[in-house]
Amino acid sequence: MTNIDTHVGASTHAQGAGSALVVSVGQWITSSDHKKIGRLFIGTSLLSALLAAVLGVLFGLERVSPAHMQIFNGDATPQLFSLYQFALVFGVLAPLFVGIAIAVVPTQLGARAVAFPRVAQFGFWAWLFGALMVDVSIIGNGGPGGGATDLVDLYLLGVALAAVGLLAGSLCVATSVLTARAPGMTLDRIPAFSWSALVGSIATLLSLPVMIGTIIYVYVDHTHAQLVFGGNKGINSFLGWSLSQPMTFVFVIMALGVLAEVAPVTARTEQPLRPIVLAGLAIISTAVLGAVTQSAHILDWAGTNTDKVKSVLLHSLFNGLPLLGILIVVLVSLMCLKVGTPRITASFALSLLGALMIIVGVLGNGLYNLKAASLDGTVFSEGTVLYLVYGGLLSALGALSHWAPLLWARAIDNTKLLGLALIGLLGTILASFPLYIAGFADQPANTVMGFDYDGPVALWNVLTGVGHALIVLTVLGFVALLIDALRNGASVSQEASA
Amino acid sequence: MTIALPAAPAQAPRRQILVATAIASASAFMLIIGMAAMWLKFRAGAPTRDSSDGLKIIKDWMPAGITIPEVAANVMLITFPVGALMAQWAAYSAKRNDAPHRSLGLAICFIVGLAIVNAQVAVYAQMDIGLADGQFQTMFYAITGTMLLLVVGGMAFSLVAFFRSVGGRDNDVDVVNAHAFYWYFLTAAFAVVWFVVYVQK
Repeated sequence: MTNIDTHVGASTHAQGAGSALVVSVGQWITSSDHKKIGRLFIGTSLLSALLAAVLGVLFGLERVSPAHMQIFNGDATPQLFSLYQFALVFGVLAPLFVGIAIAVVPTQLGARAVAFPRVAQFGFWAWLFGALMVDVSIIGNGGPGGGATDLVDLYLLGVALAAVGLLAGSLCVATSVLTARAPGMTLDRIPAFSWSALVGSIATLLSLPVMIGTIIYVYVDHTHAQLVFGGNKGINSFLGWSLSQPMTFVFVIMALGVLAEVAPVTARTEQPLRPIVLAGLAIISTAVLGAVTQSAHILDWAGTNTDKVKSVLLHSLFNGLPLLGILIVVLVSLMCLKVGTPRITASFALSLLGALMIIVGVLGNGLYNLKAASLDGTVFSEGTVLYLVYGGLLSALGALSHWAPLLWARAIDNTKLLGLALIGLLGTILASFPLYIAGFADQPANTVMGFDYDGPVALWNVLTGVGHALIVLTVLGFVALLIDALRNGASVSQEASA
Repeated sequence: MTIALPAAPAQAPRRQILVATAIASASAFMLIIGMAAMWLKFRAGAPTRDSSDGLKIIKDWMPAGITIPEVAANVMLITFPVGALMAQWAAYSAKRNDAPHRSLGLAICFIVGLAIVNAQVAVYAQMDIGLADGQFQTMFYAITGTMLLLVVGGMAFSLVAFFRSVGGRDNDVDVVNAHAFYWYFLTAAFAVVWFVVYVQK
């Protein structure tokens, strides 16, 4: 008999820790375990949050004295703004919740795995490489308006690839909810977060392809003719809608699902008005209407009465309905506290504060679309995006702390996390609200110099920079608490998250 | 209470491929609808001028001298439902465990796909326009090229389902049904492209 045994002890010692590291990395790269894929999405999204917030700090500092440049140079600024917006929406908001859904939803449904785990894995790598392509192209002067033509093509491909990755992840989540539920678990019995994941995923699947279609046109034109879409300079005018409202509303649906899920746990009771919560989450998905038509609709109180009614109706449809859905979810979730015996948990605080910030963002968007407010082209829109993205980030941190026992078999320190929630809240308000005020003062969007207005220009922009810095602190603090829990915390069973 | 159930034993998936294909098809339909809407937007925004006799207003969208070969386009429109019919035949056969007809239906679907690609290439050849010649030409190639890619995807689906069928996967009803759904989607998507690009121009 041929003996092919190796000396286990000898080989293990010879290969050492380096080999174990390679094996571990290899396992992470090739894993089709839904929790690992979800954690990869979550980890890289948090890194992206740091990048976006650091850019926010730099923009805040640069805008302090708009008479001259201090940090950036003129050509780089519009491209870095594109990177900043991409990192906020496609680097943080969308993938963070896709990752949480991939990790959590199968366990809520009683399924062994997410549907098509290899597709989910492809989704992560496609999104990651797409995002890296965007980063590389912008660093090489290839962003929107950039001079390096080949890298502008790379930018367009990167955005499309990242969108394809998010679509793949969303497809897996939606298919899981529809087909992989435990026997007896009908759709009306699934947990609120899984419902929000279904609604959010389908909304994403219906809206992102419209963006990809636009990219196809822009890419073909850019690589061959440069006749139709304005070449490098015209990219943002055709793709900018995908990085702002109401597209961002589609990505915050799951953030509201987190609150709907966590509130009854905090109140230690069942949600008495569950169908209304599910309906509220579904109503938010009407944001798809605005996303696919690339329109938020401006409310113009002019013309005949018929014109006014038409304008109000369209404005309400595009801006009011998503707000109505969000308000229903938040109010009904809060009613839970009245029915039950609530205790203060960090996950609830984070998800509630996140939802409130999202409400301020959606309200701000409604205001932005009032013609009488004359906010078009001002930094007000940036403030709206920040409220939505950082609100979503707070909700996501709430979700991660809530499901930490499920994802990492550890519980994160509740008291310290509560402190972090307050820092995150302060950071979100400081990063966003001064931009609302500066918007009313006509501070122009997407520029860092050449503007002036009556009022404390430096103060608003310093406060914004401080807000972003606090968000950096919040993300780093959360990661530190998680590492501390992993290293020193006692193992917690998965049921502890229930 | 949050429901965090322990891992259950493996369940028989409930038409997972069909459901995923339906969602992906809806998503791809939005891609085509979005591109068609963009086409119509640019068409509506094209400049207008009076005709030489002053009786008509001409929209300068499709440049003079370009003729869309309507025969080839109409043949494509008819061919898509044939593909869907063959795919449905394969699904019908799969349900009755009729392996030879299932495989035959899938093979014909692939050939129908080839015919459609051939017709599209014929359209390109007969039109003889350059991609960079103008905005009509650029957008024409972008939208019809995207549709062509979706057809190639359908052909790949047919080929995979065919090989699985020939390989003896008799329980592949879900895959064959999903394949049929995809061909229905292709038919609907091309109907949109045909009306917007080849009829409305």
